[in-house]
Amino acid sequence: MLKHFIGLQWKSFYRSASFKTEIWFKILMGLGALWFIFTFTMLGVGSFYIIEKSGLGDPLRVVNRFMVYYLAFDLVFRYMLQKMPVTNIKPLLYLPFKKSQVVNYSLGKTIISFFNIAHAFFFIPFSVVLLIEGYDPLQVIGWHLGLMALFYCNNFINIMVNNKDGVFYVFAALFILAGASQYYQWFDITLYTQPVFDFLYDLPWTAIVPWLILAGLYFSAFAYFKKHMYLDGGLAKKQSEAKTENLEWLDRFGNLGTFLKNDIKLIKRNKRSRTAVIMGFFFIFYGLLFFTSAIEVYDGPFWKIFAGIFVTGGFLFSFGQYVPSWDSSYYPLMMSQNIKYREYLSSKWYLVIIATIISTILASFYLYFGWEAYVAVLVGAIYNIGINSYLVLWGGAYVKTPIELTSNKKAFGDKQAFNAKTLLLTLPKLVLPIGIYAIGHFLINPVAGYLFVAIFGLLGFAFKEKVFTMIEGIYKKEKYKTLQAYKQK
Amino acid sequence: MISVHNLTKTYGQQTVLNIDKLEIPKGQSFGLVGNNGAGKTTLFSLLLDLIQPSSGHIVNNDVQVDQSEAWKPFTSAFIDESFLIGYLTPEEYFYFIGELRGRNKADVDALLSNFTDFFHDEILGQKKYLRDLSKGNQKKVGIVASFIGNPEVVILDEPFANLDPTTQIRLKGIIKDLAAKEEVTVLVSSHDLIHVTEVCERIVVLNKGEIVRDIHTSTETLKELETFFGG
Repeated sequence: MLKHFIGLQWKSFYRSASFKTEIWFKILMGLGALWFIFTFTMLGVGSFYIIEKSGLGDPLRVVNRFMVYYLAFDLVFRYMLQKMPVTNIKPLLYLPFKKSQVVNYSLGKTIISFFNIAHAFFFIPFSVVLLIEGYDPLQVIGWHLGLMALFYCNNFINIMVNNKDGVFYVFAALFILAGASQYYQWFDITLYTQPVFDFLYDLPWTAIVPWLILAGLYFSAFAYFKKHMYLDGGLAKKQSEAKTENLEWLDRFGNLGTFLKNDIKLIKRNKRSRTAVIMGFFFIFYGLLFFTSAIEVYDGPFWKIFAGIFVTGGFLFSFGQYVPSWDSSYYPLMMSQNIKYREYLSSKWYLVIIATIISTILASFYLYFGWEAYVAVLVGAIYNIGINSYLVLWGGAYVKTPIELTSNKKAFGDKQAFNAKTLLLTLPKLVLPIGIYAIGHFLINPVAGYLFVAIFGLLGFAFKEKVFTMIEGIYKKEKYKTLQAYKQK
Repeated sequence: MISVHNLTKTYGQQTVLNIDKLEIPKGQSFGLVGNNGAGKTTLFSLLLDLIQPSSGHIVNNDVQVDQSEAWKPFTSAFIDESFLIGYLTPEEYFYFIGELRGRNKADVDALLSNFTDFFHDEILGQKKYLRDLSKGNQKKVGIVASFIGNPEVVILDEPFANLDPTTQIRLKGIIKDLAAKEEVTVLVSSHDLIHVTEVCERIVVLNKGEIVRDIHTSTETLKELETFFGG
């Protein structure tokens, strides 16, 4: 029985669309994975010494102190990204498997998920360092095993609370509140949680407690799933009640308004696009790292421009990047309906422009850090509108990954969306403005640097019609390939 | 209205469509039948410029479809679910198509009121997004949406599949009415020989990408088709 399950799993992995890429890309993916493993491992090894050096105290205690945040963050991260194991159960339901076997298999599958394994790359080296540094082996092992169980607890908690957005938002809010109150020294939650984690080390036998909790969680997840394993129960697709929206105020923009209305609904009603827009929103605060001098490396003059581009370009990068893939599930309709390519493209362009302007207005709190900071933001906005808005549309012509709107899978970067052409196009988005600024900065003065970047942006804006004709041509050329690619889910 | 010239479509070694010549006059109701893989959907996709011909071309009302976009205003189609926008309610979808075809809400509502029977109270005012409707109901939405804006060419791929018997009978009536209009050319493909002979004036049989029969529908047509496919 298990043999069948493992066979199926192997095929689904090996034959997945993302695996069927070119060979050089597989190598690149492999290298990326190795790099990830390497950095995490180094972090695991190095963090002991970094903490020791920084004089925060016993590294193990420091880690224990912040462990509660680590776990909470892990849970939030899982909730947003980890996929539920219910997919692919349907075809198994009527086959001669026992229900409990199917449930065990689905739950067991989550154990080897990336979200669980990733922690090992940090904690195993960390524990090894502890042993080398002469911590008591038995105690370290107890601590390590206890933590492992806690990560797996997160795994099963996430499975059980899946799709209960209410619970999630309350939890996330509490988590943020705890972090904020610790930062402002109102209330320090770690004072109460640190002893819990310390116990695992001080009294290694207490590590059995998290394991018992884990066992309890597994069985309740098991019972929950088994009870709900019906097509109209736990396996049913979530349906939300639909509201018809008018958005008639957009009608005055003619055909453009028609598309904008649709795009607003697209963003509001689909998980994936909502995530992209929320991510884009958080970009606004990215500049804080630069302008508050929180990180020393970012104090260089060019970084201000870099920050300006990012602060106002959040939507452009997170949403604009994937035009036209947002419409992938109904692309044949868009291509055969009474729509001119140019109208379609310019509606996307306007959407990006409007979002950039809104971000620029929202970002006006950077005035607090002096007018220069906000000038950098403004200049970044002008460059985003004048140049980057075209570049994302242009790059979009080559991004041929269909987007599954209702799932958050792959929301953080898509392997296939990442090809040589789009990679090349990111250079002018980020490096070029920094270069232009540098020329002005070093030849004349910082103001000239800002001015140069702004002029560049305005020039781009002036050539809109010309650039659009070019982009339209590329889209038309790529149309058939794109339609073909969107068909493959 | 539509003329096909030396049209072929090949994937690698395999030729999936090869039509020397096909003329569909204005106002004709044209039926396309054939087994799976006969090239029906390929022909329709070529008509809508969704795939590129390997050679030859299609002219729709003096517009060569792979060269100009000017065929779009008078042509409409429903091929499959990829013609539906899943996150819209049926009403929003109809209005969206209406706006693209220069019809305001009142126009669309007026058109929809003709299809109350066809919708059978399962489409409008359901508080459901299109992606949550059943396959059959999705199909109803797509078919009716293709009638919005008085198109001169209506292309429907397998309109009868997935529909319940009552709806199939109603759809036949709707297509007949549409075909009766002088100015509307209707292209329908189907696996159901009975339906297609009832609805269409002319039936073309495709087999492995080639036209093997071109029949003006008469009382004997059904027999002829059954012999062809049965033998």
